[in-house]
Amino acid sequence: MDIRKVKKLIELMESSDISEIEIKEGEESVRIARGAQTVVNPTASHPPAMDSSTENSTAANHSAVNSSNGTTTITRGPQGHVVRAPMVGTFYRAPSPGSPAFIEVGARVHEGDTLCIIESMKMMNQIKADKSGKIEAILVENETPIEFDQPLFTII
Amino acid sequence: MPNRILIANRGEIALRILRACQKLGKKTVAIYTAVDANLPHLDLADDTVCVSHYLDANDIVMAGLTRRCDAVHPGYGLLSENAAFAEQVESSGMVFIGPSPQHISALGDKTAARKIFSSLDIPCIPGSVEAVSSVEEAFEVAAVLGYPLIIKAAFGGGGRGIRKVDSAAGLAEAFDVSVSEAEVGFGRSEVFVEKLIENARHIEVQVLGDGKGGCVHLGTRDCSVQRRYQKLVEECPAPNIDNVCLDALTEKCVEAMAKLGYRNVATLEFLHTPGEFFFLEVNTRLQVEHPVTEMVSGIDLVAAQFQIADSGVIPFTQESIHLVGHSIECRILAEDAAGLAGPGEIMGLRLPGGPGIRFDSHLYVGYRVPHQYDSLVGKLVVHAEDREMALARLKQALNELRIDGIPTNIERLKRLTSDSTFMNVKFHTNWNPQ
Repeated sequence: MDIRKVKKLIELMESSDISEIEIKEGEESVRIARGAQTVVNPTASHPPAMDSSTENSTAANHSAVNSSNGTTTITRGPQGHVVRAPMVGTFYRAPSPGSPAFIEVGARVHEGDTLCIIESMKMMNQIKADKSGKIEAILVENETPIEFDQPLFTII
Repeated sequence: MPNRILIANRGEIALRILRACQKLGKKTVAIYTAVDANLPHLDLADDTVCVSHYLDANDIVMAGLTRRCDAVHPGYGLLSENAAFAEQVESSGMVFIGPSPQHISALGDKTAARKIFSSLDIPCIPGSVEAVSSVEEAFEVAAVLGYPLIIKAAFGGGGRGIRKVDSAAGLAEAFDVSVSEAEVGFGRSEVFVEKLIENARHIEVQVLGDGKGGCVHLGTRDCSVQRRYQKLVEECPAPNIDNVCLDALTEKCVEAMAKLGYRNVATLEFLHTPGEFFFLEVNTRLQVEHPVTEMVSGIDLVAAQFQIADSGVIPFTQESIHLVGHSIECRILAEDAAGLAGPGEIMGLRLPGGPGIRFDSHLYVGYRVPHQYDSLVGKLVVHAEDREMALARLKQALNELRIDGIPTNIERLKRLTSDSTFMNVKFHTNWNPQ
């Protein structure tokens, strides 16, 4: 979306009582809110299904536009390649309770390295890196239920 | 007693199941796929889980387990008549809101079901006793039955895998087409041959069982108005059939299902010609057209499914059921006049209302109908003291209903239901006016 258009929207908001505005144009949408954290999404996702980790990860690939007290700052969330859950299950960062995690933020990984385990139907499914690089972010808490296609890691 | 229910379906029926759960004070977990994130029941559910696909049994069972569900309601279609799924749900420790996997399996095989029900004194259509495995065998059966006949997928449903054959000349091709359609559609290529019963009406009986030999019926429905073997208009009770005949039929159905020790809801489907009924198949699940029975019986069938699962007891007796008045349902489809599916965004809605009107639908303004799934977007149901008044209400409700943004079959339904053939119950399953 044209940055000038975004600026115009911010000016428009400041001259009014509106606390939040969301505009959609084809595939793109932008939501601008006063004070609060705001996010640019490719398309609107379904909010009730999202826990906080999913929301953060939705932001992972996109710039965030913040507007507060008349100043406009543009911050960036994790930018790397997103590794997503191929199935519904429970997310484990380590091969067994008590053992060290497969990876930590900042670790170097090679394509094919195991990043985590998703337990599904009593099967321990090793989720492997599909790209070499450095772990930029881990987007899910250990031992939490995850959804299909939920972003798990970013790799830069 | 299950109090956290995984709703393993989408669209209007997911919303319908959610309503029953909320009525009974049960928590709900809804599943959805990426293209379905805008379904309205997701906002109303206690929790939601994205799954890869509605047919991905592993994802669905895991969704239930990770969100601490203790039961799964499969709705209709999708995995609702998949015995392996029911088995997987039960072995994971959750309750399957439906029949036992054994009954789904035994009754889902149409040739096996024919054998079971003919042994229970229910008349079946003359045809091959076993699945027909080759064209040569099909010719042998055809020589005995005579033409016209019909070839059907043994594990089929939804109108697919069915071919009509008028003469010996068309048999070989129809056989091959049915086999491949069955293989692609249902993963099982078995087909069987039946005599074609012409100018018949489709009549069905709603039953409920407690799994221990207790069984009741909720009367009959007529679903003769179809297109491409898919139901379009349904009514309860089946009109213009002698009550003595209908009573005898429902009685036989109850006896048969009681003998089988069937649990939860089922529908036995029949073809009807004057004085005769021929068994077609059993649906071992809730049906799309269940609301017409609810309107006439005053019974919440989905809630009853949960109550049977909770207590092992049917929450009413045959004597306590009183069928009152007449109900008609029209399936509202996102299809154009040529029957082609039309996805799109709902730009406007004008909903019908007033006494005796019910609209079960997941539509709202701004909702996008995806192209990936079934075209059913709503069920318009009316109820009145008799069929004539129900028809008047239906006409009024169809006139009130307006859906902007997608093509619909509303105009076609108006023509169908105001046609003298429909008004005078002169229809049969092949009736298809333009």
